[in-house]
Amino acid sequence: MSLTARSSAVAREIVNLFATPLRVSHYVELVNPLWTSHRLQARVEDVRDETADARTITLRPGRNWRRHRAGQHVRVGLSIDGKRYTRTYSISSSPERRDGCITITVKILDGGRMSGHLVRKLAVGSYVPLGLPQGDFVVPEARPVRPLFITAGSGITPAMSMLRTWNIIGNMPDVKHVHYAPHSYDVIFGNEMRQIAGATRRYRSEVVLTREIGGPPGENHFSAEQLEGLCPDWADREVWVCGPQDLIDAVEAHYHAAGLAGQVHSERFRAALVELDPDAEGGAVTFVTQGDGPDVHTNGAAATPLLRVAEDAGLNPEHGCRMGICHTCDVPLVSGSVRDLRTGAVIDEAGSSVQICTAAAASDCVIDLCTTN
Amino acid sequence: MHGQPALPLNLDPDVLAAIGRELDAIYDETIASLGAPDEAYIRRVIKTQRALALGSRVAIGVGAVLRRSKQRRLGTALVGLGTVALGSAKILENMEIGHNVMHGQWDWLNDPDISSTTWEWDNVCPSDQWKHGHNVVHHTWTNVMGKDRDIGYEILRTTSERPWHPVYLAQPVYNTVLMLLFEFGVGLHEIDPDKIVSGTSEEKATQIELLRGFVAKMSRQMAKDYVLWPSLSAKAAPEVIAANLVANIIRNVWSYLIIFCGHFPDGVHVFANDVVEGETRPGWYVRQLLGSANIAGSSFFHLMSGNLSHQIEHHLFPDMPSSRYPEVSRRVQNVCERYGLPYNTGGFGRQIGTTLRKIWRYSLPGGNDSLANGPAIEVTPDRVSSLSAA
Repeated sequence: MSLTARSSAVAREIVNLFATPLRVSHYVELVNPLWTSHRLQARVEDVRDETADARTITLRPGRNWRRHRAGQHVRVGLSIDGKRYTRTYSISSSPERRDGCITITVKILDGGRMSGHLVRKLAVGSYVPLGLPQGDFVVPEARPVRPLFITAGSGITPAMSMLRTWNIIGNMPDVKHVHYAPHSYDVIFGNEMRQIAGATRRYRSEVVLTREIGGPPGENHFSAEQLEGLCPDWADREVWVCGPQDLIDAVEAHYHAAGLAGQVHSERFRAALVELDPDAEGGAVTFVTQGDGPDVHTNGAAATPLLRVAEDAGLNPEHGCRMGICHTCDVPLVSGSVRDLRTGAVIDEAGSSVQICTAAAASDCVIDLCTTN
Repeated sequence: MHGQPALPLNLDPDVLAAIGRELDAIYDETIASLGAPDEAYIRRVIKTQRALALGSRVAIGVGAVLRRSKQRRLGTALVGLGTVALGSAKILENMEIGHNVMHGQWDWLNDPDISSTTWEWDNVCPSDQWKHGHNVVHHTWTNVMGKDRDIGYEILRTTSERPWHPVYLAQPVYNTVLMLLFEFGVGLHEIDPDKIVSGTSEEKATQIELLRGFVAKMSRQMAKDYVLWPSLSAKAAPEVIAANLVANIIRNVWSYLIIFCGHFPDGVHVFANDVVEGETRPGWYVRQLLGSANIAGSSFFHLMSGNLSHQIEHHLFPDMPSSRYPEVSRRVQNVCERYGLPYNTGGFGRQIGTTLRKIWRYSLPGGNDSLANGPAIEVTPDRVSSLSAA
């Protein structure tokens, strides 16, 4: 550490001693929650409906924010009935945006605990905990690319961050964009896609409606023939795909079959899960909870992540990404067996660390929620 | 139930189990009903406390400087007001916030900033040491002789069950010293001088580790109150030092008074060691009930006592958010009435009066309370059978 860095650290220590056992930042928070350094929050500046069930939320991050790269995602926290939950969302705004704000665009998911709250109830002026931007679903800055975006539903958000960036800077590469939505009225950012396409010939978009009334019978999903028709030079392009797992799997398989697997970049909304053996069974789950509170007994289905099982039982274990990346929710297995939903592997060694966001009961099992690994 | 005769109650095992079920239900229903209003409550208290702490320090600092100018009277008023406000802020932080957060009452929020695992309170006692001595030892072994180090805090004789020694003659004096320096008493609570002097090398090492933690925490606290903040008022630093000292004493005296009302007033029971043998959860509940006492008062009084004025409810449900104790207290009292159990509550004057009387009385040899430390409770059998039939 250099002398100046050390002396400024000492100075900071002394200043913080005025606030011990807290830090000065805790008192700064009284004036403006965005000025704190002990935790990062964002103020909700605006909400705007994109479709009937999707809303763009404009957030002003606090001063510890680090500018994101177009395509990255961020963890957003929210208190629902007093309990804090965390989910990960792609940032839909460009890092070139001048007002220091970011946007996320959230679509209500069936059975989603948090998406419904974010879309319908989050009030302008409230504050939400925020993580730092993460993820490598980005377009390389150092070499020229010809991107093909394949997106579906709210999977358009990271692509929109990239498109907006190129549009602002004025260096739009040769982009082809295939976007899937159920109906014409479900297309998030439909107008903006048309506007960008109107402003530059280098961006071409095709919207595929999968369930349009009066359209072809059945569901109009991704296929090799369809891609050939929409983007004949697909093999010459690097593809960025973001959407439901089925779409990502289909695109990956298509490029893999062509020997071009290295050209695919994918961003999933949730962890990629293996198909479970149809005979797979869950079991009775016992959660050992903090303090001298009684253990919680419940049932875990074979495909329901233990984190969700615990939440449904009224518990609120610490967690982060909910897709097996961040390891915030790791807890020890006391007895019984659990199944890693991403690999299908069964973990039955007592004391093993279990990522409860991506593991389900494989038999009767006991999980220790008071010890974090 | 062989553990049971040591309780000063002749409860039928079925009745005891029924009491346990009722109390479990109160806990479960209350925890299930926690929600956004509870979150808003604790956030509001924390915000208010921080604003009060900051505002009072500014008032003291500015007031101390003004006292040396022409505005002497305004300065004195500011220092006086600031001192009381700082004492109140420390009381709020230690009691309604710190004590309760460290009990895990707010862990369900899942907010890492309001968590029993991270909270450090504005007190010379390091949180980790306090959590062990208080949550683990005192709340598990409440009022069990030889187990609970909080019975007279190892230095006071508060029951005739503790053999008399001439040193207790000075008890009224050192009790007063303990009251004034209460945070240091709490801070040194975990440290056992016997083990430092004559313990095994491992015990000695542990004690030295504890002592180190205490000294580090205390140094920071002292630096803040008696060096850093006074230094901002330059020549007026002595006034700031005095004001901060008084604020700390206000907090010490108040928390001492409230905490002593929790387990020492007349009618509170202590228990022989064998009572916990084979003790069931309902038995534990009844022991907590018999070993604790409440203080009646206004809602402001409850806030400023960190809801330890609901000591009975706190001991029955230590990790239930304190803001729910008032409503739960009505239900617990109702259970006690129906089963003929005692529920020790009274005004502040009665509870602290009988506590201090005890400290004076037991400084002398003798005293005649039994383990029951109050009249044994007769639960009339026909009353119980009519209840269990109902």
